[in-house]
Amino acid sequence: MTKSELIARLAETNPHLYQRDVERIVSTIFDEITEALARGDRVELRGFGAFSVKQRDARVGRNPRTGESVKVDAKCVPFFKTGKQLRERLNN
Amino acid sequence: MRVICPLFKGVIMTGHTVTRAHLSESVYQEVGLSRNESAELVESVLDQMIDALARNEMVKISSFGSFSVRQKGQRVGRNPKTGEEVPILPRKVLVFRPSHVLKNRINKALGGN
Repeated sequence: MTKSELIARLAETNPHLYQRDVERIVSTIFDEITEALARGDRVELRGFGAFSVKQRDARVGRNPRTGESVKVDAKCVPFFKTGKQLRERLNN
Repeated sequence: MRVICPLFKGVIMTGHTVTRAHLSESVYQEVGLSRNESAELVESVLDQMIDALARNEMVKISSFGSFSVRQKGQRVGRNPKTGEEVPILPRKVLVFRPSHVLKNRINKALGGN
């Protein structure tokens, strides 16, 4: 399912809403999660999962093709932990 | 203020947590539906995603990331306290792959430090 398919499904189940409102609702949700993570905040959606940001230290990596060492800078990466209910639902 | 939590493998802790309530408030501000309906729509978005994942479908949100279900085979685990071998049954796990747009946005804001 893509973002546009998600929007189409929601528009189908909410016929009283304009398609462009459904688009704004979906975009607002993901933008809000993105902005929270960019502040370093955690996003916790019970039953679904939690997004957080992890810090990775700088390290010396290796180009797997040439074996050459390359410096990898410290960086922040988004991380998702599946919620308990969703994990159980996947494995019913 | 930003603290790196040593117990949780480098997770950044700002002390702020965004929840469903914040998301529905933003939808309310942005779209102008009632607070109630905004909350219901946030819930429907999550429900649609959960239903798709439960059907083993991948969920791809452009410029955010993709969620996919991976099947794990059975393997032998070990109780770390007793050293006892226990079988870990085959199971499904959810994997989130952040998009480059999301990764870049976070790194632009927080940097390596």
